[in-house]
Amino acid sequence: MEHTKFTPQSWPDKPEQATMEGKNKFVGIWIFICSDITLFASVFATYLSLKDKGPAGMEYSAAELFELPLAFVMTMLLLTSSLTSVYAMYHMKNYNFKGVQIWMSITVLLGLGFLALEIYEFYHYVHDGFGYTQSAFSSAFFTLVGTHGLHVVIGLVWILCLIFRNAGRGLNLYNAPKYYAASIFWHFIDVVWVFIFTVVYLMGVLG
Amino acid sequence: MSSVAVSKKGFGATVWDYLTTVDHKKLGVMYLLAGTLFFAIAGFEALLMRIQLMVPNNDFVSAGTFNELLTMHGTTMLFLAATPLLFGFMNAVIPLQIGARDVAFPFLNSLGFWMFFLGALFLHLSFFLGGAPDAGWTNYASLALYSPGHGVDFYVLGLQISGAGTLISGINFIVTIITMRAPGMTFMRMPLFTWTSLITSALITFAFPPLTVGLFLMLVDRMFEANFFDHTMGGNTIIWEHLFWIFGHPEVYILVLPAFGLFSEIIPVFARKRLFGYSSMVFATILIGFLGFMVWAHHMFTTGLGATANAIFAVATMAIAVPTGMKVFNWIMTIWGGSVKVTVPMLYALGFIPSFVAGGVTGVMQAAAPLDYQLHDSYFIVAHFHYVIVGGIVTAIFGSMHFYWPIMFNRALSETLGKWTFWIFFIGFHCTFFIQHFLGLMGMPRRVFTYQANQGWDLFNFISSIGAILMAIGVILLVLNIIVSAKSKPLNCRDYWGDGRSLEWAIKTPVPFYNFKQTPLVRGYDPYWLEKHEGNEEGMTYAEPLGEIHMPNNSILPLIMSIGTFVAAFGALYHPDGKSWAIPVLILGLAITVGAMIIRSMKDDLGFHVHVEEIVATEEHLYGKGGNK
Amino acid sequence: MGHDTQVQARSKKQYEYDRHHNAVHMRKQVINFAIMIFLTFLAFAVVVADFSTYYIKPLILLLAGIQVVIQLYSYMHMDDKKASHIGVISTFVWFGVVIAFTVFLAFLTIIWW
Repeated sequence: MEHTKFTPQSWPDKPEQATMEGKNKFVGIWIFICSDITLFASVFATYLSLKDKGPAGMEYSAAELFELPLAFVMTMLLLTSSLTSVYAMYHMKNYNFKGVQIWMSITVLLGLGFLALEIYEFYHYVHDGFGYTQSAFSSAFFTLVGTHGLHVVIGLVWILCLIFRNAGRGLNLYNAPKYYAASIFWHFIDVVWVFIFTVVYLMGVLG
Repeated sequence: MSSVAVSKKGFGATVWDYLTTVDHKKLGVMYLLAGTLFFAIAGFEALLMRIQLMVPNNDFVSAGTFNELLTMHGTTMLFLAATPLLFGFMNAVIPLQIGARDVAFPFLNSLGFWMFFLGALFLHLSFFLGGAPDAGWTNYASLALYSPGHGVDFYVLGLQISGAGTLISGINFIVTIITMRAPGMTFMRMPLFTWTSLITSALITFAFPPLTVGLFLMLVDRMFEANFFDHTMGGNTIIWEHLFWIFGHPEVYILVLPAFGLFSEIIPVFARKRLFGYSSMVFATILIGFLGFMVWAHHMFTTGLGATANAIFAVATMAIAVPTGMKVFNWIMTIWGGSVKVTVPMLYALGFIPSFVAGGVTGVMQAAAPLDYQLHDSYFIVAHFHYVIVGGIVTAIFGSMHFYWPIMFNRALSETLGKWTFWIFFIGFHCTFFIQHFLGLMGMPRRVFTYQANQGWDLFNFISSIGAILMAIGVILLVLNIIVSAKSKPLNCRDYWGDGRSLEWAIKTPVPFYNFKQTPLVRGYDPYWLEKHEGNEEGMTYAEPLGEIHMPNNSILPLIMSIGTFVAAFGALYHPDGKSWAIPVLILGLAITVGAMIIRSMKDDLGFHVHVEEIVATEEHLYGKGGNK
Repeated sequence: MGHDTQVQARSKKQYEYDRHHNAVHMRKQVINFAIMIFLTFLAFAVVVADFSTYYIKPLILLLAGIQVVIQLYSYMHMDDKKASHIGVISTFVWFGVVIAFTVFLAFLTIIWW
């Protein structure tokens, strides 16, 4: 199957679902996402119950710590990266490998930008004394946002691996489902971020 | 890498084959072996506990050792014995039952096994490295956080690795059952074991992540000074209980639903009658799965949630009894009016129905929160869950061993030895646990290493321990049966029990590595029975002509990835001790795992093709001229 | 290639229809993106504008919910009826959402100090 030469016309309209392995990966990534839903639900719920809770006389609180402008920029970066990955999949449907590689690379760059801002934010907190072990609230905050950050790192490594491994191979029915699964994972990361910026940052600032 | 089936292999080559296999049939055997090993270990731990409790004020084991025994007994039995044994059957049977060649992700299937095994190994190393965990299988934060030594750390890390393996396998089975059914097998024509495995796998997918989170929080609290459960820093110990039981309650349904599915296969075969009420069985299974997520706080009635919360969870818990009862009635109606053949699997099924119902009704009793205030943490609870676990799950496992042994090993377990095993084990089981209901009602608390004499508990504890000895004898007989069968003559037949109804019986044993040579066409529920009764002596109608078969490659990478996590766990474990090598070892372990993942991703792995000539040759080699029609 | 892979060249008409359809779909995705940006901006603006928290909290949660549904159904193609087994997938995802909601509810109500 990797030796079949495709033209844009013979390339299937849903390349990620054209083989049995492709269908399996398609269903599989969704079921994996379902498990991730309950993972994040548990971490979120823990955060909500421990918000602002700490040792007596603790001066840190969500309302004072979180900066909305930074959260807004990070959100814009991640949301845009979600769009660029959709665009990459559009190119995949049209058998335009170069388009896939370029737009996935842009997705990675935006994701790296998000990550850089998040690391900056964490460094800033730790520097101010709000570290992982400071209180229950801090442990919960860093675990929740950190777990999301870890998923971002995994997503970026995944997409980078795809970009590099396939650079010489081109698009075929073996790697099309892989790109698709990675993009679904990337969208899910953005979905979780929507809840994080709403529940952690926006509701945090409201007090 | 083709024609693997037909060549004779040396010992080294066989070992390598099993270390690298992605074949669901071999993995099923490996799960069964590993599960039996851990079942024996956990059973031995229980025997030691019962010897300690045989007489009052006994000093057979110390209090600390007793705590380790009770923790390891529970943890091992549930996570490392019952789950892998059931996975063993799921692996061995489901692809055959749905007419597929393997599961959706054979590589991940292997990874799931090795993660489970290495996590289990890690946990058991605790016995040799300073002491096993001792805070109960439930590991409540208040006790677990302050447990000295590394026991609880072994628990956290071992279960984290093992649990990841289980989650991977759960996702694998869902995708397999959704996408890889043979043509004609709609959802409502799937065998009940496949249905229950689908719902079980869905429960695994949704329930294991909260456990992962809980274990992570416990890990960072103990080893990295986080503050989730420490109330002086704003934390709350009840968070552990919630996370644990949000996992823990679905976990028991993860264990019992495959058992139900196995009995739904066994009973129709030996009653020679179609399963009664198929649609309602499917519906009941789905309902049990759904409700299983809504009842977890019935393990927490006495923690002070308040009357409203207690009431809600009490009602939801009682509601689960309804679909479960539906299933019991359907089994009874299947047997009623059938031409019943009492083989060993059927004996286990007949023993299961009253035993499980007894366990179920004591469960409904405990669902009443006010009564649970009296019964919580007493032997009544212990009696209840052993009735559902042993009466439900263990009988299913033992019965299915007999039932599926011909397919898995091309041998039969001895009926005579099996009947002896059944009766000795069954009598021992009731002896041990029936009496414990009364111990609980008389006020004996659970998880105590000894008790004072002359409280009225002495005789009952003594009888309970005698029962444990009987169960041990039964298990020894079962192991003997297994060893004897290894030396018996191969069966080389189709449909060993004669009354097989589903696809797995349509294939002649030993099963070729590619399963069916042509994908079967499913024309109804109980597809093989249908074919038999249409006069089709040759097995199944096929959905495609004989053609090239595409099979997955073996790989050593799953084992390497699992070893990486095992190594990393050691690094994490010794970090709080201030060992300088701890963090480097942790990083090394993670690097091995991630490195193996990247290697896996970088290569193309397209599997191999089995050509038609090889298929014909394999079939002739296995079945003689004419092959397996 | 396994004999279960069906690949055949599409007719010119089908090919052109598919390309047109893909382009139209992509434009819809960009519009969805604009909507999501707007919802995000609205959520931030509402918080900065300092209305009463009684109104804001449910509102921003609702906005988040809408945005997530848009992501799920458009970006992640959960609305694509012809996608492989998408009905079963949707059932699983919604079941996960129900469990997540139950967990949230529990942690917000039955954990106490």
